Amino acid sequence: MSKTVELPRWIDVGVLPFLNLLLALIVSGLLVVAIGENPVEVVEILLYGAFGYEEAWGYTLYYTTNFIFTGLAFAVAFHCGLFNIGAEGQAYVGGLGVTLAALYLDFLPFPIMLVVSMLAAMIFGAAWSYIPAYLQARRGSHVVITTIMFNFIASSLMVYLLVNVLRPEGSMTPESEQIAEHLRLPFIHDIAGALGIEMASSPLNLSFVYAIVISVMVWLFIWHTRWGYAIRTVGANAVAATYAGLEPGRFIIIAMMISGALSSFMALNEVMGVQHRLLIDFTAGYGFVGIAVALMGRNHPFGIFLAALLFGMLYQGGAELSFEIPTISNDMVVVIQGLVILFTGAMEHMFRPRVTKIYTAWRLRQDAGEAA
Amino acid sequence: MHQMHGAGETGAVQPAIELRGIDKRFGAVHANKEIDLKVDKGTIHGIVGENGAGKSTLMSILYGFYQADAGTIHVDGKLCEINGSEDAIAVGIGMVHQHFMLVETFSVLENVILGVEGGAVLRDGVEKAREELKRLEREYSLNIDPDAKVGDLSVGLQQRVEILKALYRGAEILILDEPTGVLTPQEADHLFRILDTLKEQGKTVVLITHKLREIMAATDNVSVMRQGEMVAHRKTAETSPEELSELMVGRKVLLRLEKGEANPADTVLNVDNLCVDNAQGVRKVKNATFNVRAGEIVGIAGVSGNGQSELLEALGGIRSASEGMVELNGQDITPGKGVDAAELRRRGVAHVPEDRHRMAMVTAFSAKEAAILGYEDDPAYQKGVLLDWHAISEATANMMSEFDVRPNNPDLKAANFSGGNQQKLVLAREIMRDPELLLVGQPTRGVDIGAIEFIHKRIVAMRDAGKAVLLVSVELDEIMSLADRILVMCDGAIIGEVAASEANERVLGLMMAGVDPNEAKAAEGQA
Repeated sequence: MSKTVELPRWIDVGVLPFLNLLLALIVSGLLVVAIGENPVEVVEILLYGAFGYEEAWGYTLYYTTNFIFTGLAFAVAFHCGLFNIGAEGQAYVGGLGVTLAALYLDFLPFPIMLVVSMLAAMIFGAAWSYIPAYLQARRGSHVVITTIMFNFIASSLMVYLLVNVLRPEGSMTPESEQIAEHLRLPFIHDIAGALGIEMASSPLNLSFVYAIVISVMVWLFIWHTRWGYAIRTVGANAVAATYAGLEPGRFIIIAMMISGALSSFMALNEVMGVQHRLLIDFTAGYGFVGIAVALMGRNHPFGIFLAALLFGMLYQGGAELSFEIPTISNDMVVVIQGLVILFTGAMEHMFRPRVTKIYTAWRLRQDAGEAA
Repeated sequence: MHQMHGAGETGAVQPAIELRGIDKRFGAVHANKEIDLKVDKGTIHGIVGENGAGKSTLMSILYGFYQADAGTIHVDGKLCEINGSEDAIAVGIGMVHQHFMLVETFSVLENVILGVEGGAVLRDGVEKAREELKRLEREYSLNIDPDAKVGDLSVGLQQRVEILKALYRGAEILILDEPTGVLTPQEADHLFRILDTLKEQGKTVVLITHKLREIMAATDNVSVMRQGEMVAHRKTAETSPEELSELMVGRKVLLRLEKGEANPADTVLNVDNLCVDNAQGVRKVKNATFNVRAGEIVGIAGVSGNGQSELLEALGGIRSASEGMVELNGQDITPGKGVDAAELRRRGVAHVPEDRHRMAMVTAFSAKEAAILGYEDDPAYQKGVLLDWHAISEATANMMSEFDVRPNNPDLKAANFSGGNQQKLVLAREIMRDPELLLVGQPTRGVDIGAIEFIHKRIVAMRDAGKAVLLVSVELDEIMSLADRILVMCDGAIIGEVAASEANERVLGLMMAGVDPNEAKAAEGQA
């Protein structure tokens, strides 16, 4: 016997995130006013910067690609009841896998390399998340703590490798050699050009298509396969899973490894698609923002796509903003992004009780009206 | 009409509690409909009704957990506004919850003064409380050591601590919500003696229960609730269990199940010297040895928490055995030795666990998702690498119509079904697999009377189809009406077996309290 009516889906996935986003924008607007700028103008520049011209679209979708991968990664673990904070480190190590494959298997033809590089990313990312997963499943070490620690370990490991192992002789910058040209993921504007369509050049590349395909696959996996069912069961009620003969530890490990593999796809975009070499800190916080993306998208691939698009817009529009209005520094843009994450991710349930109350009252009146 | 009303108010006996027109809705659920209730001072007043009849809601309104949408509460003739438990305590209402609200690591004394310590420094308050506690214990013969740690006390004694807490706060009216659910019959009798003492001292007691036997034994007056309405008030002396159950359900009910003789055949389940430890390494099942044959129902009786749950979970493949052996049709299925819950299902062991919400289903899932739990790898549910939700939906709808699950909607969230319908869905899932052995725990906990009848019939039908059934229940009535043989567990050990035909509540009750079966039967003979 519940005291309130359950919210319908359109409110849960539509109205609530919208209210949270609105609040974030209002608070951001107040900040903008406080430093003496016009918030309306700021919003205009932000939107124009993100969607106003062809090149902006390309950049926005390029950022979106990263957020889709890290958002999906968080969501899969979350369906198993796990808070994977380690997408950052998993993507970083995944990048190592991609780079090694591209540098040392460069004799392979491109179509085979497409598969091999993807496998390399998956194996490295999954292996990196296997250790926290094993510790959680078999030793009860909390995955939040261990994945955070593994971010630091990954960071140090990669610095060591880039400085001491992967840095080409004679180079002063801690980054790997360039990967061979024929192995790079083609840019969308190049593909379009080959098809006779003129497009402005941007970092948007083939991995955006991967992201869409993989979103669909994750959706199928979570809701239409036995393993997805098992993962959701473990996440919702581990005791019931044990009763059903679904050993929770096993599915914790499976979910975490899939999560790590999904994070590592971000490296395909960054290493194979844009930078064409392994850079220090190429993950640049995308792993952490992925948490907010997944929460805002209600851990559903379609929601994650929309949330990723929002954050892609904030990244690209924000860059434009600090360029256009000098008083709004890059730090200010980070603050705005932070506010969006705060209100949509960390405080996503803030409006829920009130909205539930209002909706319940409305439903009761409807029911009473029908009864009369 | 008006005159009668007036006479009631100015009459000689002022009711301790009077509720007028209490109305409460939760969303679409009308939990209390215009409830009127008078509880006379210095009486024990029973409130009976099925689960979901609105008893608990009504008492929660009286104790200030919920606020009524309409209606008034009068205590000792005075109109009261009760907006929280503090208000209820202030007007002298105390409540003993079904689930105790005690800090196990604190002593009895510390628990009693919790919230009414009387100042920042404990010592003065504690000394005063100790004196007061002694007086209360003497007056009501509660027999509790104030310095004992609550975690070390038996459930019956913990309940007395709850009563003491209420009395210490000056309760004149005591509400007990399903107080005997966790007690042996003997402990329950002791509780009723305490309630009698309270009554003699002028206190008023409201007893909420669904057990008619307790109403008949302990109360002066009884009110019956059905589907949110107060349907009848009776003097206990002038009514009968038959009348009350008819009032509760709204139609005639078979209190006793009619079933034929059992025809036990070959041994299906053989348990030999089985020991099970919990996660802390405490031995919960001690050297259990018994068997279950095809075509019989073996019941395991016992007070909740005496190892039955662990035994059932071990047989269901969820816990490992520390010692001993389990065989199914002569094959080794000792839990933890390579045979897990999934493998047991494949071998024909179906398991309806005791705790529906914790174990038998994921309440956040839809009914069709709940209906494949444990059987999700059935080839009939697969379409290539994907699950065939269309086939699953059809199978679920089939289960639902076979077991009369309402509403028959495989897409509805499991949490939105009533307890009885959830349980029927779980039973359908397990029984329709046509298993060799059915393990059932608390099949009718939180299930309304209509569904109980149905569930009992289905379990007996399993037996009559030549299957082995092991039933664990803390409801003696259920064990006695369903089982063909009854094993009694106490403190992890099976202390004896009684044929259902020879069983009665007193013998079983004594055995459940740990008395040797022969002594128990002898004691019964003398009584």
